[in-house]
Amino acid sequence: MKQSNQVPKAGRSRKEFIIGGAFLVVVVLILVLSRGTAGQRSTFALASQRGGVTIAAPDLVFSTSIALYVLGGLVAAINVWYFVWGFRRVNLVVVLVAAISIAAFLVWASRDKSINLTGMLVSSLVRATPIALAALSGLWSERSGVVNIGIEGMMLAGAFTSVVFASVTKSMVVGLLAGILAGWLLAALHAVLSIRFKVAQVVSGTGIIILALGLTSYLQRAILNNYRELNQPGPAISAVSIPVLWRIPVIGPVLFNQSPIIYFLFVLVGVTYFVMYYTRWGLRTRAVGEHPRAADTLGINVFRTRYVNVFISGMIAGLAGAYMSIGAAGRFNEGMTAGKGFLGLAAMIFGNWNAPTAFLGSLIFGFFDSWQEKLAILQVGVPPDLLGMAPYLATMIVLAGFVGRSRMPAADGTPYEKQ
Amino acid sequence: MNDKMESSQTAKAPGEPEGIDLQRVLVRKGVWQSLLVPALAVFTALIIGAVIIAVSSPVVLTAWKNLFQNPLGVLSTTWVTIRDAYIALFEGCFGNPATIVRAISTLRKTGESRDLLEALRPFSESLVTSAPYIFAGLALALGFRGGVFNIGAEGQLFVGGLASVYVGYSMSGLPGYVHLPLALLAGALAGAIWGAIPGFLKARFGAHEVINTIMMNYVAFRLTDYLLQGGPMMRGDGMPITPEIKPSAYLPALFPRPMRLHVGFFLALALAALVYWFLWKTKYGFEIRMVGANPRGARYAGVNIMRTIVLTMALSGALAGLAGTNQVLGLDHRLVRAFSTGYGFDSIALALLGNSHPVGVVLAALLFGFLRAGAARMQSVASVPVEMIRIVQGMVIIFVAAPEIIRGLYRLKAARAEERMLQRGWSA
Amino acid sequence: MPPVLELRSVTKAFPGVLANDAIDLTLNEGEILALLGENGAGKTTLMNILYGLYTPDEGEIIVRGARVEIHNPNDAIHQGIGMVHQHFMLVQVFTVTENVMLGVESIKGGVMLDRQAAAARIREISSRFGLEVDPDAVVEDLPVGVQQRVEIIKILYREADILIFDEPTAVLTPQEAEELFKVIRSLVAQGKSVIFITHKLKEVLAIADRITVLRGGRVVGSTTPAETSEAQLAKMMVGREVILKVDKEPAHPGEVVLDVQHVRVRDDRGAVAVRDVSLQVQAGEVLGIAGVQGNGQTELVEALTGLRRVENGRVTILGQDTTHATPRAITEVGTAHVPEDRQRDGLVLPFPVEDNLVMNTYYVPPYARGIVLQPREIDKAAEERVALFDVRTPSIFVPVSNLSGGNQQKVIVAREFSRPIKLLIASQPTRGLDVGSIEYIHGRIMQKRDENCAVLLVSPELDEIMSLADRIAVMYEGEIVALLPAEEATKERLGLLMAGVREEAPVQVAA
Repeated sequence: MKQSNQVPKAGRSRKEFIIGGAFLVVVVLILVLSRGTAGQRSTFALASQRGGVTIAAPDLVFSTSIALYVLGGLVAAINVWYFVWGFRRVNLVVVLVAAISIAAFLVWASRDKSINLTGMLVSSLVRATPIALAALSGLWSERSGVVNIGIEGMMLAGAFTSVVFASVTKSMVVGLLAGILAGWLLAALHAVLSIRFKVAQVVSGTGIIILALGLTSYLQRAILNNYRELNQPGPAISAVSIPVLWRIPVIGPVLFNQSPIIYFLFVLVGVTYFVMYYTRWGLRTRAVGEHPRAADTLGINVFRTRYVNVFISGMIAGLAGAYMSIGAAGRFNEGMTAGKGFLGLAAMIFGNWNAPTAFLGSLIFGFFDSWQEKLAILQVGVPPDLLGMAPYLATMIVLAGFVGRSRMPAADGTPYEKQ
Repeated sequence: MNDKMESSQTAKAPGEPEGIDLQRVLVRKGVWQSLLVPALAVFTALIIGAVIIAVSSPVVLTAWKNLFQNPLGVLSTTWVTIRDAYIALFEGCFGNPATIVRAISTLRKTGESRDLLEALRPFSESLVTSAPYIFAGLALALGFRGGVFNIGAEGQLFVGGLASVYVGYSMSGLPGYVHLPLALLAGALAGAIWGAIPGFLKARFGAHEVINTIMMNYVAFRLTDYLLQGGPMMRGDGMPITPEIKPSAYLPALFPRPMRLHVGFFLALALAALVYWFLWKTKYGFEIRMVGANPRGARYAGVNIMRTIVLTMALSGALAGLAGTNQVLGLDHRLVRAFSTGYGFDSIALALLGNSHPVGVVLAALLFGFLRAGAARMQSVASVPVEMIRIVQGMVIIFVAAPEIIRGLYRLKAARAEERMLQRGWSA
Repeated sequence: MPPVLELRSVTKAFPGVLANDAIDLTLNEGEILALLGENGAGKTTLMNILYGLYTPDEGEIIVRGARVEIHNPNDAIHQGIGMVHQHFMLVQVFTVTENVMLGVESIKGGVMLDRQAAAARIREISSRFGLEVDPDAVVEDLPVGVQQRVEIIKILYREADILIFDEPTAVLTPQEAEELFKVIRSLVAQGKSVIFITHKLKEVLAIADRITVLRGGRVVGSTTPAETSEAQLAKMMVGREVILKVDKEPAHPGEVVLDVQHVRVRDDRGAVAVRDVSLQVQAGEVLGIAGVQGNGQTELVEALTGLRRVENGRVTILGQDTTHATPRAITEVGTAHVPEDRQRDGLVLPFPVEDNLVMNTYYVPPYARGIVLQPREIDKAAEERVALFDVRTPSIFVPVSNLSGGNQQKVIVAREFSRPIKLLIASQPTRGLDVGSIEYIHGRIMQKRDENCAVLLVSPELDEIMSLADRIAVMYEGEIVALLPAEEATKERLGLLMAGVREEAPVQVAA
């Protein structure tokens, strides 16, 4: 995703003031939250129930007000340190403070109630998965220099196709493969348009989203509603638990008792990182994304590299969509991707176009996505719809804060002209 | 020639179509070309649409099972299905010609105008549906010219509607000539703010506006949900609908019921002229276009880039906000939760089709509006879901963005000079 | 012995231009052949054909006596042909090793990149040919001269025997150029054959064994340094007598127009690009800033014209403090800026010629009244300027991107010189232009200087500086390391200064 050519930033010191000011705001907010919480106790339940087995873990019970004072004090200390000495890696500190604020909010939300932290983490990962897959999809494409906004459309296509094929063949595997194929098809279209026809990549991507939205919604109305059996792929893909490991309290249920697609996601993150930095294909891909002409003069086929990478991108996006439909929801709903594709792109930027950090970003978004659901149930006192804005607002803040520091592939977004 | 090839590229955000100054193109020959490709694009998309209609119609599918027994019958069934669908589409757009003629004679004989109004209703509906497209298309087009890709038109539309409906129902005792402009202003302002926020983030931090505007869309949707579902703007009876606005805030209707055509349509046309004048005849418009074409050059020329980007996004947002205002003040006179179905997103295709020029946008908006109005009838009469239009739009975008496809398909030859100019316009 | 490389009747046409017209070229083994021609003569096109980036419309390429087809760089590499490009083909974020092994990667374990093996081989080549480089360094951190070494190592890594150097000294100091010549002679001594593309006459006479001159896409002559002279070569290159040195009146400097005091400026990555620069330019004189590109000149010019923040220090134009002024304010004080990158900064390519001619003056009368633009005034002014400055264009309505480089620069000059200006800041004003345009622009600059304008000229071309400037400042690593009158400047002395070799005498700030 190309960032606009920038006016040189006005002064480091202004940025420092903004960050310092933000920290201060956080401290104030935490103090505000702590008003009236004297005597209340917050409970973080850590136990979880999976498949009828309870993994016991002690509850974390503590005084709400004390916890809030501690957290607030921590941020205040960081604030002071920042103004006096500064931090070398400001980014990490910002993330830390953000994490503390979230923790404080959770503490406050659970005053005199109990929230299941483990459950929240599990749900975060589940919700993060389509975002993470979308982020990886974007990564593969953009590392070779092709902006892929159409991920959302490819996900929809994958979601729809996998449901239909799974319903017809009663096989989840066929459904998944069909979804991947659908993603690939749309990616192929995007590739041909942007590489061969040199269409502006953002335009091509938008066209694909509109096409996918239209086709899937249309086909749902025209066919699925009339042939309901085509929208019944059977129960969603069930979780597979890894023996032994899944019984570890807290971590076990989160990491080792999930859908196989999530396991695949873990593998894909590692594979992507390895390929990009340790293999020939990755080196060439990155070269094509940074300086296609240089790669060209060394005999690397720029077009072919981009085609293949975009294909891979589409297949991953198709898988993401398939996960959402047959892997989680168990059916297809119109427009069910609901912006996850774009959140994935934001995670990719947050992660500086690297797989592991993009995955981390996706987890954060997933967490925001899940908290609004959990907190709504809790009746926290903030209307659920407003809470629902959180992932989107978080995305915007992240982009504003992290963009300046990231290095996107230098040739990202420009069609390559062979002279 | 060598230095042209080795020189650096114009520094601008990729993907923004550099719309061609239609005025300049019209000065030379090539009008035919710049209209021909989009027209053929729409035509081709409709043909493909026909195929999809046929393939997804249950009637046709069952007929094809008997292909070998009754091939002619199968073909005729297929043809009839497609024909009926597109006839329904046509009638939805323009109305039934026979009925119109009859109604005119009724009017002449008896002076009774109701039949004529009824017969012309589809046409008026088409115009009504086109109006928000004009607003939204102008919003996108202005954005493109200024180098920003405003996908947030949908969200800006929502907040524009929210703001104007609030002014509409919460203030009473104001005369029409005060209340209405106030409500319009509120809608424009709300949209402007909604657009200015991502604009500021882009100008100040370099955050890409595509993602931020999309995020603002979702925030707008949630905001609407909040306000309308058990929130402060909900009507008394628990339905997610706002109270009705006072008549002094209505955009006046031009004809008696059942025609719904209102002043908003002409407001849109006026705004198109205003946008044209602003972009090409004023110095601020010049600056906006400069920043869109070459931000670094604009800086060198002394333009305040940050201010211009924010201004561009704000103006774009204001126009999109007015699209929502148009719907609320002119049609429903209240805000229903799902009052817009994709106008904002469709307008992307619209602006591209219209070459980011107000004249093109109006023409494209009319096309999309007519199609959409017609599609409603196509759905009710021929059971073809309305989403067909979105498929057509997606294909139109692709065909217009890659004119070689159309040219190859129809064996068109483009004059060299225009070819390069047009290509540069789409594939930056 | 047959020539190691022969081009017979090679022809290549682009829309509207015949870049190469039936060119015959021979390269013998162990020889340095200079391919001489001005910008636009077709040299780079010809070499791109040889390297497989273009395919010729007609003609043959014969390598070591056998006819070959070269359709892409891989074929060229296969034939032992390697090219060191004018604009480096290096991925900035990669290390030296990654750049060198790109395309011919060493693999271990079947899948993984073997950076160590490649690095070892790089060190070996490095020592064999005298090209010092650290394989693990990231390219964007390396100075330009070292980056060029990486380019050379790239082609040696692929065992090229026929080496093509495309304008390699454009980014080097005279001393670095000498170093490069030593390297090239060493390569040749070890059996390589070299084609050296340039438009600089002195270099040709210094390095070449044989010279082939190209003009307008054709070979117009072949000779050796012994048999020719600069003047003769120039005549062959351009087709007519060329004025090699500008005739100029002695300067009559007046008041101080531009006063720069202890200015510090950072570059895009946050490093200090301009350390502590002070200088003054008086009305009626040309102050030339010499220096290899990348020593802070770009950032200095941007700071003076309001395009970059001045971190420390003061800038005054005609007594007004413009240290933190906007580009528009600086223009309004009476400054003209001919930017280094004409297409990126100086023009709006998709806009018509007339819009570009009022690009920074559109907002005041007569071009605008209130907020409304006045098209008739703009048209009139545009027509006048096009005529006055001899801009070759079909009309004032065509996009300025249709114009040639020289005419684009004329548009910029026409625009900037048509205002009443007191200060002209020109950065590399003749980069990439043909001789005719260069002469024209030099003439215009001198004209302004004679009209009592103060001129600050920044250029890496020593000839240009020495020809136009009254006083010469040398910039090295963000500082002015010397300031001398033009009469005392010789190529050798400037070259040493540009390479950072300090002189004993302290630097004077004002003339």
